[in-house]
Amino acid sequence: MAKTPKIIIVGGGLAGLSAAIKVAEAGGQVELFSLVPVKRSHSVCAQGGINSAKNLKGEGDSTWLHFDDTVYGGDFLANQPAVKLMCEMGPGIIDLLDRMGVPFNRTPEGVLDFRRFGGTLFNRTAFAGATTGQQLLYALDEQVRRYESEGKVKKYEYWEFLSAALDGKGTCRGICAMDLRSMEVQTFAADAVIMATGGIGAIFGKSTNSVVCTGSAQGSLYLQGAAYGNGEMIQVHPTCIPGEDKLRLMSESARGEGGRVWVPKTAGDKRPGKQIPEGERFYFLEEWYPKYGNLVPRDIATRAIHKVVYDQGMGVEGQPMVYLDLSHIDRATLDRKLGGILDIYEKFVGDDPHEVPMKIFPGMHYTMGGLWVDINQMTNIPGLYATGECDYSIHGANRLGANSLLSCIYAGFIAGPHALKYAAGSDAPGADVEAALAAEKKRQLAKNDALLNNQGSENPFQLWRELGDTMSKNVTVTRYNDRMKETDAKLVELQERYKKVNLSDKSMWSNQSFLFARQMENMLQLARVVTQGAILRDESRGSHYKPDFPERNDERFLKTTKAFYDAANNAPRFEWEEVDISLIKPRPRRYDSK
Amino acid sequence: MANKTVLFKIKRQTTPTSEPFWEEFEIDYRAGLNVISLFMEVALKPLTRDGKATTPVNYDSNCLEEVCGSCAMLINGRARMACSALVDNLEQPITIEPFSKFPVVRDLQVDRSVLFENLKTVKAWVPVDGTYSLGDGPRQLPQVQEQAYQLSQCMSCCCCMESCPQFNESTGFVGAATIAQARLFNMHPTGKVLKEERLAALMGDGGIQECGYAQNCVEACPKEIPLTKSISDVGGDVMKKAVLDFFRL
Repeated sequence: MAKTPKIIIVGGGLAGLSAAIKVAEAGGQVELFSLVPVKRSHSVCAQGGINSAKNLKGEGDSTWLHFDDTVYGGDFLANQPAVKLMCEMGPGIIDLLDRMGVPFNRTPEGVLDFRRFGGTLFNRTAFAGATTGQQLLYALDEQVRRYESEGKVKKYEYWEFLSAALDGKGTCRGICAMDLRSMEVQTFAADAVIMATGGIGAIFGKSTNSVVCTGSAQGSLYLQGAAYGNGEMIQVHPTCIPGEDKLRLMSESARGEGGRVWVPKTAGDKRPGKQIPEGERFYFLEEWYPKYGNLVPRDIATRAIHKVVYDQGMGVEGQPMVYLDLSHIDRATLDRKLGGILDIYEKFVGDDPHEVPMKIFPGMHYTMGGLWVDINQMTNIPGLYATGECDYSIHGANRLGANSLLSCIYAGFIAGPHALKYAAGSDAPGADVEAALAAEKKRQLAKNDALLNNQGSENPFQLWRELGDTMSKNVTVTRYNDRMKETDAKLVELQERYKKVNLSDKSMWSNQSFLFARQMENMLQLARVVTQGAILRDESRGSHYKPDFPERNDERFLKTTKAFYDAANNAPRFEWEEVDISLIKPRPRRYDSK
Repeated sequence: MANKTVLFKIKRQTTPTSEPFWEEFEIDYRAGLNVISLFMEVALKPLTRDGKATTPVNYDSNCLEEVCGSCAMLINGRARMACSALVDNLEQPITIEPFSKFPVVRDLQVDRSVLFENLKTVKAWVPVDGTYSLGDGPRQLPQVQEQAYQLSQCMSCCCCMESCPQFNESTGFVGAATIAQARLFNMHPTGKVLKEERLAALMGDGGIQECGYAQNCVEACPKEIPLTKSISDVGGDVMKKAVLDFFRL
């Protein structure tokens, strides 16, 4: 009998759990590594829903139309075959989640309800209250717990991925990881490794992402030779609640259920929003984009808010804020469809959005870019797969709302079976595998020693604040080459200062500041990939907007950016790859027609 | 005039077996601070109130939106999430302690893995045949979905267990969260295939009979999950099963 293949999965959000379920179901042995108990992964934060063209509203929706909306929404930068496959798998994925017990909202007849999201004219988004991500994650978490109790999945929770173990041929043979409590560094051999490590929000300081979304794992793999695709494509979500510790998302579903975005027609109007009469409100999205109205894609809405606030000086109370208003909708409907997110606003701001318009502003939300993968979700390192937000493949230059949950599950469902197939066909590990694992462990232990014995006076949290400030200011909504070059110089300065980080806590038991400082090194490297990729792309496409190059330039830039680490220069080196546009011919992306 | 400040003290512990100790901190007040941002301030400037150098505070956290269940701790004596604890609503000095009924890992981090083990015991899942295509899920009325959704928002924070007088080593009580999850899956059209097994797991020592109806759980739950209703519902089912099992003998 053939040996049971062993697949390591790093990350326990939707993508990682989907892959785990597929591998365990097919008879593979899963070792699942996660920084947090997997039920606490960042997928819980997704609110509004998951797209799939089930066409249960008699609208004539189809998976082809979903495919077209996604490719068009992403401004044609995604390779089309993978997107098409994802949209085709959508309805089956929804059915499966429904069978697993996700409490999706229902119509009176008891079938799945769907709502509208940005960038489409169809009601295509299935939802479970206003905590769809949480509900999906729980359903998959439960299935994985079932496999865990059967011995098919072994969880390593509170473990940090440090690096891949590569053999002499550059094939991935396992990982090196650190126990977050005992701080012990260990290596683990595997027949294939699937990364599912999510977003990179922490590179921008405050974002809508969870604390663990630092991008450190992706940064580490990039330093080991993994290609990083379209790093410059960063989504800023138009409607966030600014906070001291993070930017909290106010879901797009608020607009999907009829929320309207406006500012007072008179700049600096001091009256509370509720007291400003209808005729004195400027519903700028509805005016500028009559066909899609408040449901234009996120990049468009974000730039419109910046325009009204910064160019026209019309922010609420003169501040960088606009209103997102639900107070015209009756309380019962709001509670049924949006209860969870309205609670968040009330809890964290103190105002009741049933009664008064919410004050919101755009914030960093999602990376469309990520580890480069092929159609089977394999990176350029044989045996190493990437899935979900940490891979670059589906969303092109802008992601449509409610496509992220689908893309995570899709990618896990592709990567799991392909990793098994790869494991069955790969060479037996040679003698050099043991040596590769040992060498990797030695390299990582040396890094730990260096960080613990650094001399200097830099505080890693101060460096982080400066990193976030420069990235958020210059490499998000509106991009100028000179300012981004300043940011890149600042990143080099931070890398120098990083060498002088002196930790106030040098203990080796559950030392969180040590772990964070360790991640900073990879975050700084990845920040340069994002920044330099943006400098080189002299056009405007999707979320990437340069006033000096306001048009999309297909001739020069209908290409995937691929960044590789150049060790000699300690900097990224770039290549450009043709995009597969074999199914839908690129056309101008406009949402402002009638 | 002195600037307005925030005064808080944290019960810290360096290792699982070392003695706990208190440290006091004072930082400048800003509007909109929550307890998490106090910890972030300490990390940026690790000094106690009397200027002594210290280390950043260790605590579990992730989403900071009160959906992941990570940052549960005792704040002014109450089990709650640190992310949604706004400084403006807290009496000072704010006292911050780790949960008292779970083993301390370090500072405010505790080991809550017992809940995840309990969820295995009650088979808190829908046993689907497989991930292959089997068509639509079962139809459900919106009223049923709304009931399930309430229970399904449990984020395993363990506030209900920390607050429960019966949750301790001598009873071995599973706690309200697990019972509510058993109810959730017993309600599901296909999940209920395991109902008997779930009820069996909740019988006997440490099971549902340990509940003393203090009702602290439902008060403590940040998600307002109907925990006492769940306990009485599942309790009724367990009772029925016990009677039937008795006559089957």
